[in-house]
Amino acid sequence: MRKLSYAKALREALCIEMDRDERVILLGEDIAAYGGSFKVTDGLLAQYGAERVRDTPISENTIVGLATGAALMGLRPVAEIMFMDFIGLAVDQIVNHAAKFHYMYGGQKAVPIVVRTPAGGGRGYGPTHSQSLEAWFMHSPGLKVACPATPADAKGLLLSAMRDDNPVLFVENKLLYGVQDEVPEGDYTVPFGQARIAREGTDLTIVTYSRMVGESVVAADALEQQHGISAAVIDLRTLCPLDMDTVTESVSATGRCLIVAEDYQTAGVAAEIGFQVIERAFEYLDAPLRRVCGLDVPIPCARGLEEIVLPTRSRIATAAFELATF
Amino acid sequence: MISAARTQSEPMSPERRIDLLRLMLLARRFDERLMELFGQGLITGTAHAACGQEASAVGVCAALRGTDQVASTHRGHAHLLAKGGCPDRLMAELFGKRTGYSKGRGGSQHVAAYEIGFLGSNGITAGGLPIATGAALAAQHRGLDSVVVAFLGDGAVGQGAFHEAINVGAAWKLPIVYVCENNLYAMGTAVANTSPVTDVADRAAGYGIPGAVVDGQDVDAVYSSASKAVERARSGDGPTLLECKTYRYFGHSKGDAERPYRSRDEERWWEQRDPIRVLTGHLRGQGLLTEEQETALREEAAERIERAVRFAMDSPKPEPADATSDLFA
Repeated sequence: MRKLSYAKALREALCIEMDRDERVILLGEDIAAYGGSFKVTDGLLAQYGAERVRDTPISENTIVGLATGAALMGLRPVAEIMFMDFIGLAVDQIVNHAAKFHYMYGGQKAVPIVVRTPAGGGRGYGPTHSQSLEAWFMHSPGLKVACPATPADAKGLLLSAMRDDNPVLFVENKLLYGVQDEVPEGDYTVPFGQARIAREGTDLTIVTYSRMVGESVVAADALEQQHGISAAVIDLRTLCPLDMDTVTESVSATGRCLIVAEDYQTAGVAAEIGFQVIERAFEYLDAPLRRVCGLDVPIPCARGLEEIVLPTRSRIATAAFELATF
Repeated sequence: MISAARTQSEPMSPERRIDLLRLMLLARRFDERLMELFGQGLITGTAHAACGQEASAVGVCAALRGTDQVASTHRGHAHLLAKGGCPDRLMAELFGKRTGYSKGRGGSQHVAAYEIGFLGSNGITAGGLPIATGAALAAQHRGLDSVVVAFLGDGAVGQGAFHEAINVGAAWKLPIVYVCENNLYAMGTAVANTSPVTDVADRAAGYGIPGAVVDGQDVDAVYSSASKAVERARSGDGPTLLECKTYRYFGHSKGDAERPYRSRDEERWWEQRDPIRVLTGHLRGQGLLTEEQETALREEAAERIERAVRFAMDSPKPEPADATSDLFA
């Protein structure tokens, strides 16, 4: 199968949908002439024109508001927030408006928007350009949250997101943009709420998503080679809806669960998943839950410091080994 | 159902002006009755009455077509009724009934009626401005011949969303009119204490669009200014920032009975400029309305609102399942 980068897989999804559905328009900062801060929309201005690929002012709240208003009037906008850190400026329009309208106004109209945004550290961008803030939006009823880990899923999940009638927060990852992998040709979707077994294993279950899937698989491979420990890795793919059935099934079989998430540890994604594991599979657990997350400090620039703050494959391997030998 | 929506651009006929009076009386009676119902404990929660501000709602909506869109604020009952909304369903919403516009989930400040071009009242100050601007973007993009009106209060001017929305609306020449109902107080804070300029309309210059101040107590004047702004928007020349100078008689919300931030003298001064009194004064002076006719119109409005109250009281409560349904489409 041909290989494609995560960024080009995303662009392919945008093209498929823009060719298929003229209601799809793109809005965001520097997405047109510049081609997007991470070049995901590179070339789309020439291909689809300035009416459908629009550079906006640096007004994150209004970028999402424009998308919502246009969606109410029959378009299917895809908005880009240049860095997930900037989404703080748009939280009102996402949480109080797009996410609530269908419920709050009595189920009258859906708000079919996608808000794409790159999250994650590892590039030395520092405290305001490195965060993973998806937990905020798991905490906001009415939103779907997708976090693809592979180029193939990036394409398939984005196509699902654009065809969903609900607002979708689509969390991309900066370090994954350049990653090449096999991506099927043509039109296909990856359904929301169906986790993927990224690695089979029998001794413990690692539950994770986005860039940490790859890191966890590398850690699990090392663990198998060095200690003969077999770790399953589950890629959640979407945080809302959350496929706890797949997680529960695996944890029930292995009896051990490690959750890996790049976001801040306290009240983060891992906290929610961990509690749901306790609710659903407590009687199967042979060891306490473990988690490997970002430390509860802003993400520093300097490489040596950033490596301490963000989860790494070695921290994952250490935690997995301790859990397997508990 | 009467509606302020118009189909032609010529000056208003006497009949049309009587229709606008009807709508103003309906909106006035609706919110007066609402405050009574709160007092009687028949409605709970909160609500923001627009009594005193009817001319801006009715005059602006009179300049619109049925296919045009309106985005409203937290003080939106008059906007909805002026756009042709149903008093029964609005009242039922306030009673928390299943027949309400939002099935009882939204209450006073979260009501949408898309079938009549009402994009929603909104509990977040300035929250509707980016959305209205997006609706105007879609209208432009799709080549629809429709215009969006975004109502805002004077308090919304302090929000970043005000600047962001008008800036992009102006930059892209979107078919939208931003209508500021300046009632002099953002809740209890006088505009003079938080704004360096007296007229919100002055801010239009910063966006390169026309700004206009209009007597918000004179529905004919509001209609005339709004018509120009709507025409400009519809012809592709972009937004206008229209400021209606007005006043609300009740407090900010039903919890603001004392109104310690303003004087009773000031309130009396504004009551002399009551928008219904101004319109009936003009109509009487022009021989277009008799005292008997005015009395009949007032009774008609009161009777219509009583029907709405009965409808709401007789309507079913939401089912328990309604608490969690409709989260996703």
